Amino acid sequence: MSESQPLLATVKVAKSYGPVAALQEVDFAVRRGEVHALLGANGAGKSTLVKILAGVHPADAGELHVDGRPMRIHAPVDAISVGIATVFQDPALIPDLTVKQNLQLSEIEEAAFTHWISWFDLEDLDTDSLVRELPLETLRMVDLARALAREPQVLLLDEITAALTADQAERVFSLLTQWREQGRAAVLITHRLAEVRRICDRATILRDGRNVALFEPNADTAAADGSSTGTMQDVEEHELVEAMLGEEVSDSAAIRAPGPQSAQQRETPSSPQEISFAAQGLSSGDVVRDISFELHRGEILGLVALEGQGQERLFSLLSGDRRPSSGDILVGGSQRRWTAPYDAVGDGVVLIPGDRLLTLLPNLPVRQNLVVPLFSRIRQWLRIPADERQRVMNAIDRLSIDTRAASQVRRLSGGNQQKVAIGRWLVAGFRTLLCFDPTRGIDVQTKREIYALLRELAASGAAILLYTSELAEIQLVCDRVLIMHDGRIVDEQDAAHATESSLLTAAHGLEVLA
Amino acid sequence: MSQSPQPSQAGATEAAPAGFAARAASIVSERPTLALTGILAVLVLVTGLIEPNYLSVSGARNTLLQAAPLGILAGAQTILMLTGGIDLSVTMVATGSAYVAANQSPEGAVIAILLGIVVGLAVGSANGVGVAVFRVNPLIMTLAMSGILLGLFTAWAQTILQGSTQMGPFIKLIGGGSFLGNRIPYSVVVWALIAGGLIWLLRRTGWGRLLYAIGDNEIAVRLAGVRVWQVRITAYIVAGVLGSISGILLGGRTGAVDLQLANAFLLPSVAAAVIGGTSIFGGVGGYAGTILGALILSVLNSMLTFLNVGQAIQQVVYGTIVLALAWGYAGLTRRA
Repeated sequence: MSESQPLLATVKVAKSYGPVAALQEVDFAVRRGEVHALLGANGAGKSTLVKILAGVHPADAGELHVDGRPMRIHAPVDAISVGIATVFQDPALIPDLTVKQNLQLSEIEEAAFTHWISWFDLEDLDTDSLVRELPLETLRMVDLARALAREPQVLLLDEITAALTADQAERVFSLLTQWREQGRAAVLITHRLAEVRRICDRATILRDGRNVALFEPNADTAAADGSSTGTMQDVEEHELVEAMLGEEVSDSAAIRAPGPQSAQQRETPSSPQEISFAAQGLSSGDVVRDISFELHRGEILGLVALEGQGQERLFSLLSGDRRPSSGDILVGGSQRRWTAPYDAVGDGVVLIPGDRLLTLLPNLPVRQNLVVPLFSRIRQWLRIPADERQRVMNAIDRLSIDTRAASQVRRLSGGNQQKVAIGRWLVAGFRTLLCFDPTRGIDVQTKREIYALLRELAASGAAILLYTSELAEIQLVCDRVLIMHDGRIVDEQDAAHATESSLLTAAHGLEVLA
Repeated sequence: MSQSPQPSQAGATEAAPAGFAARAASIVSERPTLALTGILAVLVLVTGLIEPNYLSVSGARNTLLQAAPLGILAGAQTILMLTGGIDLSVTMVATGSAYVAANQSPEGAVIAILLGIVVGLAVGSANGVGVAVFRVNPLIMTLAMSGILLGLFTAWAQTILQGSTQMGPFIKLIGGGSFLGNRIPYSVVVWALIAGGLIWLLRRTGWGRLLYAIGDNEIAVRLAGVRVWQVRITAYIVAGVLGSISGILLGGRTGAVDLQLANAFLLPSVAAAVIGGTSIFGGVGGYAGTILGALILSVLNSMLTFLNVGQAIQQVVYGTIVLALAWGYAGLTRRA
């Protein structure tokens, strides 16, 4: 247990899925008393490395060392027994059991769990409620509290903050600080570089399945302002991005093709004021209340809200997946009564949901995934359009989908899966696109491609409603932005002047002072 | 579409676990049709060793005569299994259709066949509505339907369906007769036409694409703007009609019809699809494999007959094959 010995290390670990080499000779070491960031673009191998450390998948080659001793980790129980606890990107809980039953299955003492869950200010959680009835952010906290109840030495957190509210994320950060002080270790996988700079001590960068860089800022400089923050604050975000991408990063503002001055310049073939889609007094129980807005052709309308303000429900109303309790949806000025997504798609209103699992055919090839909407009407059933292959190829090219693992979509990286989710509407065509957090958990490169694509689609006349949990996207991509709080639209801002602070203030239901 | 930019690495990782079992497994997973054809050829040769007369025109004809109704029933299972469903009432549909066709044979072959097919249309629609609209589990829905049908036909046999249990001459010819000097059975021609139609439907139509898609992720298909219930109902109707056609051919082969006519085909109809590589969980498979599966089971049946093995043992063999294959395919998908 000498200080220099890493608590957990991999030596030349490799893993392939069929022809795709996910990891090659990865050396990764976590010390006691550090929060270590594991960074990389989508498909760089972060999740694969976590799965190997957690015992979900065995490595093809290489060694794992715990406290300097080689260990065999072949199953999740092996990882737990050597003190590694993992919180995965998707909560590893059984939906049809209660929280309590899930805890019993994983042999967790309820007292320890309760301690942690109340530490996260969730003491009101009813452990007799079914897992599938709880919101995603609560499940992530349940999953985290369960991992902590095991008293692990190393905590692996895969995109833990992606679905959390700001104050929950704060609790997680203070937990990590405490963790470090206790001489334990945590590995944080995230795409939010601000978090990395704020709380991490070191960062390992993966690219194309190899560890390409280790950021190890001098610990002395940071020690000056106490141990509550990590030393990574000395590293600039663009340095990290460069290491991830392996190339110089151009100014991200360049994505916004039209630019703020070109609002008039972006005149679409029709009049710029043409209303494509509108909601009037839309309500659903007390989750969505009296929501009205207009969405113009060629416009990207942003929507910002803290977690759990009714935005998921709003999108399921707007996409025909659920009927509103009152209010109307208008397409091209005429009132629509939808009973299923079938009707909305028929009116050219299509949804890209936040959860990619809802929109992919995981065991089928990319091509089969992309063509599904071409056959939504019975009259389309008995033939295949002559240009099907061409349309698929065009979509794959336009999105630059990596087709190396195209025979099964589940083998693609998260970013490529998201491209497939978008691609099926490029193949089928649409007039109004409802986009729910399309860049969540996605690498910088793919994010940029998605922004550029959205602008391009708007420029060619589409109307786009974009909900995003990343406030920086609003200025970059949107024309206007609506802010939702407690089921209502509480504010509208001009995207060009919407700062993160003005958006956050409004999202908390507060008055924004000009 | 899938090009590998690093062929050397891919080759290196695959060459590592050499050995016969691994190589066989990779052939089965990459070229399933080839592997099945090989198994079929071996079975035919072994059967020929046991009974040399089997390797003749009449041996082949008898095997095909057996395989045709089974292959059509297995087509019904293939379509439904692709969507993640199954039809346990398909053999009762076959029996019921044959019974109606025999009963109506005095009215002429056309009316007899059409009324027989109406049974499949009606039962398929009911199954489809139950599964797709009322969300009844397909196993429960079709098992219950099978029980209801057995009861109904038992009662009707004494009342409204009293009369002929003999098939008319035309149906007997289609079901059991052959042409070109008694070489090619008519039922095989019917099967070939249906097989062509099914393969076209599954590979070259939007409906086929949707069957696979629904079996893989129903929610994704719904969000793509498809009315999933429409696809499911039509799949059960097509399965019902296939059951009817199979039953009428089977009745034509035996000449006389009773309420046990197609009973023994239920497990083999599922087994043929599973042998052919169609997954019980949906989304994976196709009819070409099922055809080979039906042929393999028919040859196996002849072999067991030559070995003087009774019906009971044959059922044990079918059951074992389904279990072994389900296990084997599960292993292959894990490997991949």
